[in-house]
Amino acid sequence: MAFIGQGLDRVDGRLKVTGGAQYAAEFRVPDLVHAVLVQSTIGAGAITGFSLAAAQSMPGVLTIITPENALKLHAESNLPQAIRAPLLQDMDVHYNGQHVAVVVAEALEQADAAAARVRVQYRRDEPITSMDAVLDQAYLPKSFRNGERPADSRRGDPDGAFTAAQVKLDAVYVTPIEHHNPMEPHATIARWDGNQLTVWTATQGISGTQQSLAALFGIDPKDVRVICPYVGGGFGCKGNTWPPATLAAMAAKLVGRPVKLAVTRAQMFTSNGYRPRTVQSLRFAADQQGHLVSMRHDGISQMSQPVLGEFAEPVGLATEMLYACPNVAVTHRLVATNAPLPTYMRAPGEASGNFALESAIDELAVALKQNPLDFRMRNYAEQDPHENKPFASKALRECYRQGAEAFGWSRRPSEPRAMRDGNVLIGWGMATSTYPTHRMAANAYVRVNADGTALVQVGTQDLGTGTYTVMSQIAADELGLPVQRIHLELGDSRFPHAPVSGGSMTVASVGPAIKTACQAVRAKLSNDGDTNVALPELLARRNMPSVEASSEAKSGEEQKRYSMHAFGAQFAEVRVDADLGEIRVSRYVGAFDGGRIINTKTARSQLIGGIVFGIGMALLEETHVDGETGRVVNANVSEYLMPVNADIPDIQAILVPNDELVSNSLGAKGIGELPMVGVAAAVANAVYHATGVRVRKLPIRIEDLLV
Amino acid sequence: MQAFHLSQPNSLDAALAAARSHGAKFIAGGTDLMQLLKDNIEVPTELVDLERVGLSSIQADASELRLGAMARMSDAAVHPDVRAGWPAIVQALEASASPQVRNMGTIGGNLLQRTRCGYFRDTGFACNKREPGSGCPAIAGENRLMAILGGSDHCIATHPSDLAVALTALDAMVTLHGINGERRVPIADFYRLPADTPHIETILQPGEMITAVTVRASGAARNSHYLKLRDRASFEFALVSVAVGLDQRDGVIEHALLAAGGVGTRPWRLPQVEAALRGKALEDAVFGDASSIAAGGASPAQQNGFKRILLQRAVFRALQMASA
Repeated sequence: MAFIGQGLDRVDGRLKVTGGAQYAAEFRVPDLVHAVLVQSTIGAGAITGFSLAAAQSMPGVLTIITPENALKLHAESNLPQAIRAPLLQDMDVHYNGQHVAVVVAEALEQADAAAARVRVQYRRDEPITSMDAVLDQAYLPKSFRNGERPADSRRGDPDGAFTAAQVKLDAVYVTPIEHHNPMEPHATIARWDGNQLTVWTATQGISGTQQSLAALFGIDPKDVRVICPYVGGGFGCKGNTWPPATLAAMAAKLVGRPVKLAVTRAQMFTSNGYRPRTVQSLRFAADQQGHLVSMRHDGISQMSQPVLGEFAEPVGLATEMLYACPNVAVTHRLVATNAPLPTYMRAPGEASGNFALESAIDELAVALKQNPLDFRMRNYAEQDPHENKPFASKALRECYRQGAEAFGWSRRPSEPRAMRDGNVLIGWGMATSTYPTHRMAANAYVRVNADGTALVQVGTQDLGTGTYTVMSQIAADELGLPVQRIHLELGDSRFPHAPVSGGSMTVASVGPAIKTACQAVRAKLSNDGDTNVALPELLARRNMPSVEASSEAKSGEEQKRYSMHAFGAQFAEVRVDADLGEIRVSRYVGAFDGGRIINTKTARSQLIGGIVFGIGMALLEETHVDGETGRVVNANVSEYLMPVNADIPDIQAILVPNDELVSNSLGAKGIGELPMVGVAAAVANAVYHATGVRVRKLPIRIEDLLV
Repeated sequence: MQAFHLSQPNSLDAALAAARSHGAKFIAGGTDLMQLLKDNIEVPTELVDLERVGLSSIQADASELRLGAMARMSDAAVHPDVRAGWPAIVQALEASASPQVRNMGTIGGNLLQRTRCGYFRDTGFACNKREPGSGCPAIAGENRLMAILGGSDHCIATHPSDLAVALTALDAMVTLHGINGERRVPIADFYRLPADTPHIETILQPGEMITAVTVRASGAARNSHYLKLRDRASFEFALVSVAVGLDQRDGVIEHALLAAGGVGTRPWRLPQVEAALRGKALEDAVFGDASSIAAGGASPAQQNGFKRILLQRAVFRALQMASA
């Protein structure tokens, strides 16, 4: 029987709810000592000195690492995942909350108490704390998308078409700084055995961590072992090898004992990236019939000081391909500020860009007096208009249809402020979702034993999304064994190499590798004619205890021939108090084409989780930065608001069937990021429909609606 | 967090004696103090745990409600007599924090929790409340959540308690015990304005503690209501809140009691609104006139001007709810 497609319970569910699943900070390593980070309290300048005597004399303190005694690292390493600064290599301060020292002590409490006694003297410069004041200094990214493509694109004559058009929109949309705030903060235990380094660390990429640490410490990657069997959420902030992991390894080297460094919740706001603030100018135009004739999307996103690296929020990529429009221009620019380096956060670019794109589409539909869904259907792209290629598959029409039907969209009154329940205004809004189907090369090892069990090893990691479970299902189907007999091991760099778990590509990358390795196992045993015989039986016939195979899988020609994307349709109902402005999402339907679904249960959880994430983006999440000092004012989860249960209505997540097998051998298009793309726009469009007020910035707040 | 000595006295007298040492602080539920310790905002050398001193009774009769300082917020919120006679208190408690916090948090501790001002809560910032004379970056900084009433050039942080707002509206009395004995003060006199000493938030003397809160029974208390407005539906401090008690006879308002939260540097009584309601008909036009002066004297900062209009509308809505 096929396990793929079933809604199986998580294979690691019991371990997780009983506390048996070990996360990075929970490993017991003998002789362990503890490190605590000290961070800057100025936004720009340089350290001129340290006063360490008080801290050094505290009980249990082993050492205090500062730029004056830090290990010199090989900062020339140019791996994309290796964050090279700030690693205590110089005295410069580029942002408030930058790591400036590490206190190591026998006990965590001792290190923490001593860290509070470290005093730092500075030369203070004037920090640039907000991108808004320096938008005129926007610059072209040096290496947009790691150099895979230019930052700008253009087809047709968007400016000419805009000038000539009858129905126009020219608007600016703003999205805020957001922090990932996974439940598990970053944590690393580092141990050196001679020149060999072992780290237990919370990461979305054990292979990248291995490469990064090897490069920074100037050792062979084979001498770095990275262990990470479970991750308590990443959402992008564990994709790179951020300084705390490197500093833990440095501390362990300097004190000659294993060191644990767990980042505090407050430190999470300056230690591992964030979704940068964006200012996006959109100029869209349509003809009177409702055909898009011009789309111009100019995005500026906030950056750190360029010396720390580069990250550009790719806000305009979906604008290039989502609608059939002959004249399109997209640009991406950066503005340097005294902030930490930004990074990927769940649907980087797509989520913040889609808020602008799908709000603008809604605004044009209003201007045209057309139903927003009809307007989108009128401009449906049958093939990728940017790359001029067919889509590997696109069930967006069916997403629209099933989502609209489940939501009751056809009963939507066209005018705003048309639905009311006492003091409460009710509005319905929608948006399109899309996210590219990524894939990278991956390897897997499979061994089948004569007793009917199988071992699968792969150097991927489970962010909490269900990787253990779906990979077990893939192996079970391919080996013809019950899923309970598959023993899956991941999260160890000794296992075959797999890519970072980012870009929603783990199933599409690792799944085919496991499938191929399973086929290789079968090929070793099967002669012509016995393909229907169970593998344990074949082993028994040959009197073999086991058979094993390793295999790599990667994309081929299909990448060149097809445009690959997942799609979805988002529908939101909001209730807004007409006088008090309080906004609550009261009903939600999302319908998604994520390709072939391996596990309907974990998939539905992903979709619901993504929608919750999107509701947070729409109404709650925002990092506030002090304009004078550049220091985060709400570096905690009390004042950095994320949704709680009371904010979340019943969510209906519909899996729209799609059996396409072109994108990869499993037909998986990725669903980690797709469900949060479009949520903010759907909510904003619903708020407009409820109140008649168009809010072009996130999060939408009470004060925006006190009219 | 810095090291401290913990004592766990078995009686009130023993607790008061233990608190005489310099650098001592009482700890009740610890839901706020533990955060302040971890963030090095409070650095006591001696913690006096009140868990074993009693003071946790909840008593109500026809004339008065008495809440022991160590009564748990959750116990007070489910008490049938409190629910019947003082619904605004129950609603304020139920709108506070989360069930887990309410199970630990106490009545006395709730009244003494410190502001949520992000500048106060982070030793990386200057703050006059934390380090007198160091400055107030909130005044020109991120001030959306700050007070619009009662601020000074030295501090504009709001008082965070929901319970204190309901108690302020209902004219509660706070019972204090120190080494010199007991005293009772109206809650309106318990909290101080920041003026130029924002680090001194109450009239508590060193070593003195809250032992009980008492609230008179009244028609207004029986017909009281607490309205809390916030960005998140739960587990967030108030942007604006209003406690109202209305005593009416034959459609005429005999007494109106009102206080607001989220807008003041202390729980903010609204006497001008009460005066505008007294003797007037129970109707929207009257509520509209009275609520229009609710934000009188407000001086908002750059980001929180909306609190003025939100306060007026919240008062209007709370009056409607209490009269329904």
